[in-house]
Amino acid sequence: MNATILPIRTPAETALAERFATERARLPGAAAVRAAAFARFEKTGLPSRRVESWHYTDLRSLMRELAPAAGEAAVPAALPEFEGLGHRLVLVNGRAGAGPLPAGVTVEPLATALAAGRVALGAAMGAAEDTIVDLNTALAREGLAIRIARGAEAALHLAFVTVAETAVSVASRIVVEVEPGAALTLVETHTGPDGLACQQNIVVELALGAGARVEHVRVNESGDAALALSTLAATLAAGSALASLNVSTGGAVSRHQVFVTYAGEGATLSLRGATMIKGRQHCDNTLVVDHAVPHGESRELFRTVIDDEAQGVFQGKIIVRPDAQKTDGQMASNALLLGDEAGMANKPELEIFADDVVCAHGATCGALDENQLFYLMARGLPKPEAEALLVEAFVAEALDQVRHEGIRAALTAKIGAFMRGRAR
Amino acid sequence: MAAVKETVETVKTIDVDQYKYGFVTEIETELAPKGLSEDIVRFISAKKGEPQWLLDWRLEAFRRWQTMTEPTWSRVHYPAIDFQDLHYYAAPKRTPGPKSLDEVDPELLRTYEKLGIPLREQEILAGVEISKVAVDAVFDSVSVVTTFKAELAKVGVIFCAISEAVREHPDLVRKYLGTVVPTSDNFYATLNSAVFSDGSFVYIPPGVKCPMELSTYFRINEQKTGQFERTLIIADKGAYVSYLEGCTAPKRDENQLHAAVVELVALDDAEIKYSTVQNWYPGDSEGKGGIYNFVTKRGDCRGARSKISWTQVETGSAITWKYPSCILRGEGSSGEFYSIAISNGHQQVDSGTKMIHLGKNTTSKILAKGIAAGRSDNTYRGQVSAHRKATGARNFTNCDSLLIGDKCGAHTIPYIEAKNASAVFEHEATTSKIAEDQLFYCMQRGLDEEEAVALIVNGFVKDVLQQLPMEFAVEAQKLIAISLEGSVG
Amino acid sequence: MLKINNLHVEIDGKKILNGLTLHVKPGEVAAIMGPNGSGKSTLSYVVAGKEDYTVTDGEILLDGVNILEMEPNERAAAGLFLAFQYPLEIPGVATMTFLKAAMNAQRKSRGEGELSPGDFMKAVREAAKALGIDPDMLKRPLNVGFSGGEKKRMEILQMALLRPKMAILDETDSGLDIDALRIVAEGVNAQRDPRHGFLVITHYQRLLDHIVPDTVHVMAKGRIVKSGGPEIALELEKHGYAEYVGEAA
Repeated sequence: MNATILPIRTPAETALAERFATERARLPGAAAVRAAAFARFEKTGLPSRRVESWHYTDLRSLMRELAPAAGEAAVPAALPEFEGLGHRLVLVNGRAGAGPLPAGVTVEPLATALAAGRVALGAAMGAAEDTIVDLNTALAREGLAIRIARGAEAALHLAFVTVAETAVSVASRIVVEVEPGAALTLVETHTGPDGLACQQNIVVELALGAGARVEHVRVNESGDAALALSTLAATLAAGSALASLNVSTGGAVSRHQVFVTYAGEGATLSLRGATMIKGRQHCDNTLVVDHAVPHGESRELFRTVIDDEAQGVFQGKIIVRPDAQKTDGQMASNALLLGDEAGMANKPELEIFADDVVCAHGATCGALDENQLFYLMARGLPKPEAEALLVEAFVAEALDQVRHEGIRAALTAKIGAFMRGRAR
Repeated sequence: MAAVKETVETVKTIDVDQYKYGFVTEIETELAPKGLSEDIVRFISAKKGEPQWLLDWRLEAFRRWQTMTEPTWSRVHYPAIDFQDLHYYAAPKRTPGPKSLDEVDPELLRTYEKLGIPLREQEILAGVEISKVAVDAVFDSVSVVTTFKAELAKVGVIFCAISEAVREHPDLVRKYLGTVVPTSDNFYATLNSAVFSDGSFVYIPPGVKCPMELSTYFRINEQKTGQFERTLIIADKGAYVSYLEGCTAPKRDENQLHAAVVELVALDDAEIKYSTVQNWYPGDSEGKGGIYNFVTKRGDCRGARSKISWTQVETGSAITWKYPSCILRGEGSSGEFYSIAISNGHQQVDSGTKMIHLGKNTTSKILAKGIAAGRSDNTYRGQVSAHRKATGARNFTNCDSLLIGDKCGAHTIPYIEAKNASAVFEHEATTSKIAEDQLFYCMQRGLDEEEAVALIVNGFVKDVLQQLPMEFAVEAQKLIAISLEGSVG
Repeated sequence: MLKINNLHVEIDGKKILNGLTLHVKPGEVAAIMGPNGSGKSTLSYVVAGKEDYTVTDGEILLDGVNILEMEPNERAAAGLFLAFQYPLEIPGVATMTFLKAAMNAQRKSRGEGELSPGDFMKAVREAAKALGIDPDMLKRPLNVGFSGGEKKRMEILQMALLRPKMAILDETDSGLDIDALRIVAEGVNAQRDPRHGFLVITHYQRLLDHIVPDTVHVMAKGRIVKSGGPEIALELEKHGYAEYVGEAA
C-alpha cells in the first residue's frame, strides 16, 4: 500500500486514539516511550492482510470495535491448577493480586517499577517492531515487574483471568528479569468467560541473564468468543536457555507472537506449540527468532490440529545476521486437518546473511495417514479410538520437553479432552 | 550441437568480470520516442498493423496501469524507474518483416552467431547427429526470424511471432491472449499488455507431439529500451511441446528494463515443458548496470490430466523478480517447477513459483536451488495453495540454499495454504554452506578452489539440471561455473 | 475357518484378483506362493479390510460369517490378524501404549473386561522374551527406527498377544537374515495348534523350511493355479514360476 494513501480509520482505531489521548497523562513510566509507540501505531493503524506479517490474521477486520477497558473484579473461585506448582499470582482483568512468593523472587506492580525507573518497556523486543506490542506499550497500565535473583530457582504460575458481564478489553504487561544463573519455571494461563467478545493484549517481556534457564508454558483457554492477542519477547544472554511452549485451545481468534533476540553467544532456544482448534476458531502462532550473535541454537516444533472449519496459521522466521556464524536453526510446523473445511497456512521463513550456518525448516499439512489408521484398525482399534491415538501422539510430541510432571500431565489431559469432545 | 560447442569455446576464453554476451550490435534501428502515453500505445499498435480489438485491449491495459503503483513487497531494492525515460519500441530497420534468412541484416545474423544460436537451418541440417531446434529470435522488440516453419506446418504446429499470429491466426490469439495473465494482473504485466511489441506464439493442434524443440532467443540491444515481449503457447488436447527460452543483453552502464509476459494453456491431456536459461547482463562487479528482469510467467492447466513443467536456470540480470506459476484447474492436472537461481556480485533475486490447486487430485512438485555468492541477495518465494474444491491435492516442495562467502544473503519464504483437509503438502528447506571437507577432498584430488566450488555446486543443482533438454543442460552447467567465478576467497 | 470364494478385486479400475478361491481349515498352515505382481499382497489387504480395493464379486467367510462389510477393527476382533509386509511406523505412540490399546479394544468388543496392568505387563514381557525382543524397545514409539527384523518380530509379538483364530503372514520373511527368520518361525510354530489357522504368503521357499505348511497354493494372475502339499514348494524352488505365469495368461 502506498504510504501517501491513509486508510480511513476504523471505529476501533478511533477508539484507541481516544483512549490514548485520555489516559496518556496518567500512564506511569517514560511518556516519550509510550508516545513513540503510539505514533508508530497511528502511522499504520491496525494491521490488515496487506501487512506481510499479518497476512493470515487480518486484525483490522477482526477487531472493528474496541471493547471498553475492563474494570476491577473479584478473584473467581475456579482457576487452573497444576499439581506440584506452588506459587500462583492471579491477574484479574490484568490487575495483579498479591500472593506468597518463592524465595529469590521479587514482584512489584508494573506502575511502581516504571515510576521508579527499574524497568523499561520494550527492552526485550530487540530489533523487532510490532503493532500490537506498540499498542500495549502505549496503553498498558496494569501488570507486574518480576525479578528472579542471581542463582535462585523458582516456579511461578501467572493466572490471567478475565471476569466480566459484557465484553471488555485488557492490556497487561509483565516484565521479567531472570538474573544470571537463575532458573525459572513460568506458567501463564489465560481463561475468561465464554460468549463474550473480550479483547486481550498481553505482553510478556523476558530478559535472561548469562547462564539463566527459563521454562515457559502458556496455556490459552480464553473464552470461546475472545480475541486473544499475546506476545512473548525475550532476549537471551550468553549461555542462557529458554524453552517456551504455547498450548492453545481457546479463543475465537488467537494470535501468539514470539520474538527472541540472541544477545550473547551460545544461547539455546526451544519454541514449541500445541494447538487444537475446532468450530470456527482461528489460531495464529507467529515467531521471529533473531540470531544476532554467533553460536546460537534454535529449535522450533509446532503441532496444529484443526477440526471443523477452524483455521490455523503458523509463521516462523529465522533471521541469521551477518556475524551470527555457526548458527544452528531447525524449525518444523506440522498440521493435521480433521475437518473437511479446516484450513492451515504455513509460512516458515529463513532469512540468512551468514554462510557458516546450518538452518532448515519443514512444514507439512494433511489429513491423518490412512495407512496408519488401517494398521491400528487391523489390530482391533475402532476408528474413533485409532484417530484419537494418532492425534494425541501427534500433539504429545510438542509436549515431551516439559520437565515439570504436574504441568505435563495437565497438558496431556487437555489433548485427551479435545479428542473426547470431538467424539459426538 | 555446433552452437553449444561454440558457446563452450567462447566461455573458456572469457575473464572473471567479463560478461560473455556484452557486445553491442551496430545496426540501424527504428526507435519510438521516449516516454509512455496513449499515443505511444497507438504508435506500437499501428506499427504492427493491429486490428481494433487489440488496440482497445492495449489502451484498456494502459489506462489501468496508470492507476497502479509499483509493487514493493519483494526483497529487492533499486532506485525508482523513470518510465518516461524509456523507449517502448525499438526495431531493426527493415520493414516489412523478412521473408527468409537472406533478407535479414547480416549484422544481425552475426549477432546471433556470436550468441551461439542456431538460426541457420542449413547449418543445423548439415550436422548428422544434432537434434533439430526451431528458433524464433526476438531482437529488442521485434521477432526477427523464425526457422523451421515449413516443417512444423506439416504437422499443424504454428510457431511464429505473436504479431504475425495476430494477423494470420486472429481467432486463436483472441481466444487465449490475456486469459492466463489478465491485463489487470500486476503492475508489470499490465504495462506489458499496453506496450508489448513482439514475442512468440505457439499452437500445437490436438494429439500432436511437436516434432522438435521450439526455442526463442531474446536479445536486448538498444540503449534505454524496455523489452516487453509476450509469449503465448497453447497445447490443445493431447498435445505435447517442449519450449526453450534464452536471454542475453549487451553490457551497459544504465539499467535496462525487461518486463515480459508468458502465458501457457494446456488443454485435456496436454503437456507443456518450458525451459529458460536466463543470462541477461547482471551488471558489473560494482553493481553498475544490468537488466531489471520483472517477468510474469504463468501456465494454466485448463484441461483434465494436463501438465505444465517450468524449468529455469537464472544466472543473469541485476534484479530478477519472477514466479513462473501453475494454475491447476483441470482434474488430475499437475505442475512442476524446477529452478536454479545463482546470484553473484550485487545481483538481487526474488524468484519462485505459485502452485494454485483448484481442481481435484491435482499434484505439484517444486524443486528450487538457490546459490548466493559475492554481495548478492537470493530469495526463494513460493506459494502453494489448495482451494476448497481441490480434494486430494498433493504438493512436495524442496528448496535448498547454498551460501558462498559471508557477504551474501539467502532467504526462503514459502506460503503454504491448505483449505482442504484432504490436501497433503510437504515442504522442506535447508540453508548451508559448501562443506569444508567436500572442498578439501576435491582440492586434495587436484582441483583448484574455484573448480572445486563449481563441481560441488553442479552436484547441488544436479536434480534440476536433469530436467533441462540436453543441449541446454550442457550450456547451463558452463554458465553456472562462469557465474560463480570470483566468488571464492 | 477361512473361506474365500470366487473373489474378484479391482483397484482404480484394474483387476487384481480374478475369481480366487481358497479354504483354510482350523489347525491348518496353508502357504501361498507366487511371483511378484500375482496379487498376494492384495489378497492379504482385502481380507484385512483395506479401503482402497473394490470387491466386485465373491465372498470371504470367517467361521461362516461374511466379513466383507466389516470394518478392519471388527475383523480383528472376530479373530483375524494380518502380519504386515511393511509394518507402519507410528511416531509418538509408545509400543506399550499401542499393545494395550489393541488388546483391550479387542477384549472390549468381545465383551471381555480390560486386562489388569499386572497381567498385561506379564503377558507382554513373556512374549517379548520368547521372541528375543529387548524390553527397552517396548518403550519406544511403535516401529519407529526399528530395523526390518525388529519390525517383523514386533508383528509376531502382537500375534502372540492377540491370539487370533486366523493369522495371515504377508511376506514375513522379506528383509530377514537367517537368525531373525528362525526366531520369527519359532514364534509362529509355537502358536500352531488344532484351533488356529495360518496363511503364510511368501515369494521364496526358504520360510517354508522353518514353518512347514500342510498345504501349498500357487498363485498367478490373481487366482490359485495349483494346490498340493509341501512338495510343490520344492518344485517351485527348482523350476521357478515360469510355467504358472504362462499357464494363467
